[in-house]
Amino acid sequence: MSADTNEVLSRRGFLAISAATLGGVMLAPGVRLIEIAAARAPEQPVSRKVRWGLLIDTNKCAPGCDDCVKACATENGLKNTGHPRTDAQWIRKVELKDMRTGRTNSVPVMCQHCEEPPCVDVCPTGASFKRADGIVLVDRHICIGCRYCMMACPYKARSIVFQSISDQNPDVPRGNGCAEGCTLCVHRVDRDQQPACVEACTKAGHNAMIFGDLNDPHSEIAQRVAKYASTQIRADLQLNPGVRYQGL
Amino acid sequence: MKHNGIGASAGRIARAICLLALLLPVLAFASDRVPKPVIDIARPGKCVEDTATMRREHPDMLKHQRDLTMHEGIRTQKHSLKECISCHASTKTGSVLGNNGFCQSCHEYASVKIDCFNCHASKPKRIAGATP
Ligand code: SF4
Ligand code: SF4
Repeated sequence: MSADTNEVLSRRGFLAISAATLGGVMLAPGVRLIEIAAARAPEQPVSRKVRWGLLIDTNKCAPGCDDCVKACATENGLKNTGHPRTDAQWIRKVELKDMRTGRTNSVPVMCQHCEEPPCVDVCPTGASFKRADGIVLVDRHICIGCRYCMMACPYKARSIVFQSISDQNPDVPRGNGCAEGCTLCVHRVDRDQQPACVEACTKAGHNAMIFGDLNDPHSEIAQRVAKYASTQIRADLQLNPGVRYQGL
Repeated sequence: MKHNGIGASAGRIARAICLLALLLPVLAFASDRVPKPVIDIARPGKCVEDTATMRREHPDMLKHQRDLTMHEGIRTQKHSLKECISCHASTKTGSVLGNNGFCQSCHEYASVKIDCFNCHASKPKRIAGATP
């Protein structure tokens, strides 16, 4: 009886130890049996196992601060053309006030990278599309500039470019006559970097934005949304945006 | 016999005409009568495919790669427009456009409009700290 229990215990113990060590076992230099936080190789397509998301803590977001907006403009080459009403806007600060309590909130709003994106549903050409990892983009090679997506987006997240553009960031092609919106800095994400806005917010010490894989239970963003209450803007539309807000 | 003689001389003439027809464009090209595109390769070396393949098939390669990159996030360097530009940009202007620019000179010669640079940068990214 006691020998039996011992054996079971020791076997369990052995399994636990091996599971703990296996993750780090190196089969050959650079090859692991279980890859920890596997980075995607350049020739590997994006996977639908990943769902990129943003978590914005509005309690930490300072009113009047536009560090994220400026970082976005620098990274993606959004310039002031002297036409503020029509200039492309990928991220903007919205100031909210609860009229009953007087509580104010200042929140950055960008493309919410909906799981069920209306901008994709209405696009007549297939230019507006969702990547397997949840990032919603415009394929400018196909876009005809009809602006249906601008009308369909409930978050006013899409813009159209009215002017010819030169001196683009080679990673961010943009041009006259195409619709565009926040790409979650897809060119940076594809090389394992954070979006420019998140980096700027962290660098300035606000730490109001977290970027990561909502599907990976070990990621900071997944752990935060599992632990604390967060909301999606216009959750009633049931588009399941990848951008979530805390403290709204 | 007579029949054969006529056939042989006709064949000789035909062969001469054929040879001339084949040689004509070569002769014309060798002379300076036909303008040629200025292909200014600032950084000589090996391209990703041989010259004949590149001349004929670069639009298809770029189109194929663009769909992979855009829709599947595949960012391999071979056949990527960004890599073409960083290798072929002129050392003088820093661009693949301009009169003697690698892309523009040929496309102007062949009278084929390039749409790429309505959206894509025609110059490689400046490395921080590097002098332009
Ligand atoms: S926020 Fe707008 S642009 Fe972004 S995915 Fe949703 S509907 Fe499309
Ligand atoms: S503007 Fe472009 S992306 Fe938007 S709906 Fe029209 S074709 Fe699609």
